[in-house]
Amino acid sequence: MAERLTKTGARNVFYGGSVFFFTIFVGLTAHSHYYMKTVSTDEKTLTESVVRGKKVWERNSCINCHTLLGEGAYFAPELGNVWKRWGGDQDPEGARDMLKAWMAAQPSGIEGRRQMPQFNLTDQEVHDLADFLEWASKIKTQNWPPNDAG
Amino acid sequence: MKYQTQKVAMLYFYGAIGLFLAQILFGVLAATIYVLPNTFSVVLPFNIVRMVHTNALVVWLLMGFMGSTYYLLPEEAETELFSPKLAILQFWMFLIAAAVAVVGYLFHIHEGREFLEQPFIIKVGIVVVALMFLFNITLTVLKGRKTTVTNILLFGLWGLAVFFLFAFYNPANLALDKMYWWYVIHLWVEGVWELILASILAFLMIKLNGVDREVVEKWLYVIIGLALFSGILGTGHHYYWIGAPGYWQWIGSLFSTLEIAPFFSMVAFSFVMTKKAGRKHPNQAALLWSLACSVMAFFGAGIWGFLNTLAPVNYYTHGTQLTAAHGHLAFFGAYVMINLAMMAYAVPELLNRMPTHQTLSKAACWIMCIAMSVMTLSLTFAGIKQVELQRIAGESFMDTQDQLALFYWIRFGTGFFVLVAALMFIGSLFLPKRRAAVVAQVVAQPAG
Repeated sequence: MAERLTKTGARNVFYGGSVFFFTIFVGLTAHSHYYMKTVSTDEKTLTESVVRGKKVWERNSCINCHTLLGEGAYFAPELGNVWKRWGGDQDPEGARDMLKAWMAAQPSGIEGRRQMPQFNLTDQEVHDLADFLEWASKIKTQNWPPNDAG
Repeated sequence: MKYQTQKVAMLYFYGAIGLFLAQILFGVLAATIYVLPNTFSVVLPFNIVRMVHTNALVVWLLMGFMGSTYYLLPEEAETELFSPKLAILQFWMFLIAAAVAVVGYLFHIHEGREFLEQPFIIKVGIVVVALMFLFNITLTVLKGRKTTVTNILLFGLWGLAVFFLFAFYNPANLALDKMYWWYVIHLWVEGVWELILASILAFLMIKLNGVDREVVEKWLYVIIGLALFSGILGTGHHYYWIGAPGYWQWIGSLFSTLEIAPFFSMVAFSFVMTKKAGRKHPNQAALLWSLACSVMAFFGAGIWGFLNTLAPVNYYTHGTQLTAAHGHLAFFGAYVMINLAMMAYAVPELLNRMPTHQTLSKAACWIMCIAMSVMTLSLTFAGIKQVELQRIAGESFMDTQDQLALFYWIRFGTGFFVLVAALMFIGSLFLPKRRAAVVAQVVAQPAG
């Protein structure tokens, strides 16, 4: 440790530097907040059913098996792009039907295969969840994930 | 132990150890589900098992931090705690809140954001507990001697409480939700928790090596300076792919690469301080845990963090088993080990006995570190293969997972060894004294 650096000096550098970097961070957060509301997501399509769908997502703790935009558990597939993977961008009604059939068929009970629980969602909840996943799939993510596999 | 009120720390250590075991048991169960996926699939699905695993971890680490604080504060401030009664009440409130939350999880009562699953009322309880804690320790410091160790520890603990408040903000816009979620998660573990880690480590260096406080304090400011200067803007490495602007790829890559620096400096610090040791403390097991903590934190948080962190690399590795590898070793090295090091040092002092089972404790340290390293390596190889098959070749998630079974079996095995090592560690703290040790204690009282 350099002898020139006194304890008081080190302390002042620490406090000053922390305030400096935190200020920049808050500033960039503010800009990112604005960017997310105006550029990378579409707030106009953030409807009540999308909000309800997010609640369905949270109430059933989907994040503790799946990932969403790469965050979550790594036990089950990425769902940020599942809407696209299931062809929802071409055929939204088809994707909705698939989701409904999928949720109804769980758990598969197949031996040696990871099991998804039966969440007993109502038709309305499945509908809202589809809206949420569709909305999430349209977030501009700097082109992540690299491919449809997620 | 020099001050009577330090005793409350013991309660926190008991609670922490209990939850530590719960965390490992649910970890082993989750690892079992990875290899035998039909295990409990209806009564106890994976999402609930993982929720208990991660929440038990966070709560016991917090409990350990609190116990460590209550232990070291009177010695640093040279005064009794402001209110030991409040500390005891706070412990029971915290434990009950944690227990209610965990039992609730088993019945699927939870919120839905990762790691912040505690129901609203429990979150409020956590804030109340945190305020009681901060009130108690702040008044203790104000009436006593102010040292750099306590300054930084309090800075870290206040920061911990402040950033937790972001847990109450859950915007409907998913991108915003994710951005502010990291204000809790990242600014905890790659921010203020590092201050707590560094100050506890510094306390242990002063006690175990008897080094000059002036020297330790200067190091301490440099370490935490490096931690915050790199860690705050390092948050950017979580903002690459969640709908945030592209500039985070530059900022996040640069600053999170620098996050290695504080961890490297902690290794240098602990080893230089041990080399300079003015005396040989009888508790060499606690010293081993402290040194191993800095090394494992350097590998887990430093090196394995760096492996994932550059934006062009992270584009392929984000959300794969590589993330899991880094997460496991980082939490273990930095935060599990500092708590175990503190317990290895403080529990014998609190129970007023010589550290009798040091060989057992040292063996536990080696087994746990090796098991966690092998676990990390197996997940790393799983992650590399996952990137190759899924992210590059485009095979589906489940097809890819089917080809990773070998790595998950290895991880399962290592989890079992971690459990054994944890039991050995607990044994080293609480097994009855051996005869020879009792005699030794009468002859030579331990140096405080």
